[in-house]
Amino acid sequence: MKNNNLAEKELIVNMGPQHPATHGVLRLVLEVEGEIIKKCTPYIGYLHRGVEKLSEDLTYVQSLPLTDRLDYLSSMVNNVGFALAVEKLVGINVPERAKFIRTIMSEMTRICSHLVWLATHALDIGAMTVFLYAMRDREYLLELFEMIAGARLTVSYSRIGGVRCDINDEFLDKLGKFINEFPDRVEEYETLIDRNRVWLKRTKGVGVISAEEAINYGLTGPVLRGSGVYYDVRKFFPYDAYDQVEFEVPLGKNGDIYDRYRCRMLEFRQSARIIKQCIEKIPSGSILAENALRIRMPESPLKIDKQDISFELYIEDKQIESFIEKFPEVYASVEAPRGELGFYIVCDNSSKPFRVRVRAPSFVHAGVLPKLCEGSLIADVIANIGSIDIILGECDR
Amino acid sequence: METLNLIFLSVIYTAIYFGILLLHIAYATYAERKIIGHIQLRLGPMVVGPHGLLQPIADVVKLIFKEDIVPSRVDKFIFKVAPLISLTAALSSFAVIPVNQNWVISEIDVGLLYVLGIAGLSVYGIVFAGWSSNSKYAFLGGLRSAAQMISYEVALGLSLVGVILMAESFNLTEIVNKQSEYWYGMFLLPQIIGYFVFIVAMLAETNRLPFDLPEAETELVAGYFVEYSGARFSLFYLAEYAAMFCMSALAAICFWGGWTVPPFLIEAFPFLEKVPGIVWFLLKLYFHIFLFLWIRGTLPRYRYDQLMAIGWKVLIPLALVNIVLTSILKYYL
Repeated sequence: MKNNNLAEKELIVNMGPQHPATHGVLRLVLEVEGEIIKKCTPYIGYLHRGVEKLSEDLTYVQSLPLTDRLDYLSSMVNNVGFALAVEKLVGINVPERAKFIRTIMSEMTRICSHLVWLATHALDIGAMTVFLYAMRDREYLLELFEMIAGARLTVSYSRIGGVRCDINDEFLDKLGKFINEFPDRVEEYETLIDRNRVWLKRTKGVGVISAEEAINYGLTGPVLRGSGVYYDVRKFFPYDAYDQVEFEVPLGKNGDIYDRYRCRMLEFRQSARIIKQCIEKIPSGSILAENALRIRMPESPLKIDKQDISFELYIEDKQIESFIEKFPEVYASVEAPRGELGFYIVCDNSSKPFRVRVRAPSFVHAGVLPKLCEGSLIADVIANIGSIDIILGECDR
Repeated sequence: METLNLIFLSVIYTAIYFGILLLHIAYATYAERKIIGHIQLRLGPMVVGPHGLLQPIADVVKLIFKEDIVPSRVDKFIFKVAPLISLTAALSSFAVIPVNQNWVISEIDVGLLYVLGIAGLSVYGIVFAGWSSNSKYAFLGGLRSAAQMISYEVALGLSLVGVILMAESFNLTEIVNKQSEYWYGMFLLPQIIGYFVFIVAMLAETNRLPFDLPEAETELVAGYFVEYSGARFSLFYLAEYAAMFCMSALAAICFWGGWTVPPFLIEAFPFLEKVPGIVWFLLKLYFHIFLFLWIRGTLPRYRYDQLMAIGWKVLIPLALVNIVLTSILKYYL
């Protein structure tokens, strides 16, 4: 610093990757003046695992477990997203029962993931009790996951063309019991924080994103809806059984931390509503499409060695067009707890994907952090990270 | 010879007094973990001894025998001396706190002023720790603490002015005795505004939630004591709990009538008179300790600027209003 006047010196604080509130390995370099943030630069990549590149050397089925590790708090939804993309590519019809099971699992995951968000967000703002209450409820759901999928966190439950194994009556009973009790539990959380002066002071009017900014930044999920933009993949591009159930999409008004919090709290109730309808409507039948285990990838007229695809191929438009013709591509997205999770796959007629690209909501959301943090106080950075709810596994892929 | 005897006896008394006090403080950590455990639907310590009762002893043994790490770039002298300043300041204030009629180490006429002055000194330990650690988190924690202590010391002092006006004394024993002269038996009723200000300022003075900004483990990792480990860390911890006890004792003495029972209660239930004064005092003190823990289990943390706003824009004006009201009442009644 050139200026030796102590009062004008800026302090550079490294927040993360070891910091307890950066939820994983986010690193924020903060330039602070007193406690006010002058500049905030997020650094990512500390968790990089090369999921997209690894998929190119694995078959489609083998790639599926990799998606578990993307957003480790909502692996069920990630599985469904990848399976949907491959199903769209190959043209498989998923049996109705499997669709309902997937919908149930997706919504259970949403509740689970939002519970972790609520727990950590409240903990970041200093309310530790909510953390343990939320973890208690999440535990119940994780046990249900374990009962069906054999795993609690990285479940790999979806299959291309359906799901791995069927759910039984015991599972449905236990789930039904949870769903009946859950709205009361949500109310319990709300009595702890929603009418709490300290909570309101910490969240209302803080970290505001306007609707226009939210769209420009490419935000999705509760972060976008908190700003009042009506967009939900489940409503706009229904997949699985979402077109057969009724639910509302909660919206915020001001786009502040409180609105994002409210959106997720209301989503708890909507998810419970969806699960309840699914339990009532679930049909009997097969859980995996016929011949799902012997699927054939769409044939492309020309088999191109990956080595031949060099930079030159891209130079002329015509060549690009012919390239696209030869390689079927597909994009499918799901409404993950954090926003739109998309899988873009290019197929080259082999049993392995030619290219996989994940549109991860957390990656996009991390981009809005500097905008939110600059000009605010250190304590607000923590509240903002919590309200954006990013998972670095997905961010760093 | 008599002087020697006196010194010897004083040392013995002080040692016993502080021995009992430190044991209380150790078990306050146990109480905290148990009470908050019940609030948060978990058990708290259960392994060491029946219901984990020996946990505080185990903690002390563990903390003492842990390696004492002093980071290489710290200002060694100040780094080492800071926790001692905090603890000494926090414990010294107990010298004038009476726990029963005539049960006090040192009966001085400016007891209340002494407690406030000494309690304010503990901020030196925190600021020194924050500065000497050579860590940005600790530095910010120390700065926050300095600002917080200065702001809330004012509110805390002003909130007690009403009590002083009513008792016409700074002597803590006299403040208690004065209260039993009135039919309501405690200053809680006429000084309700002062009591409210005192309770809020007390939370801030002791760095407890919702005002635990100097530590703020999710913002500043652990704030001013982030670089401390083992025994030195435990000294800070002891200091924080000692301050909690000190403030609770002050609340019991100044607003709840100390070891006395309100006369109207004794009239209604004559058997209450037989309960020893120390029991009343401890009950009142532990009520406030429980208040600390209960609030910690319920409330989130304020932001730094909000904390300042509450101190300067709410508590100090309220305390001033209380002083004016008390003066007017005192004059006309």
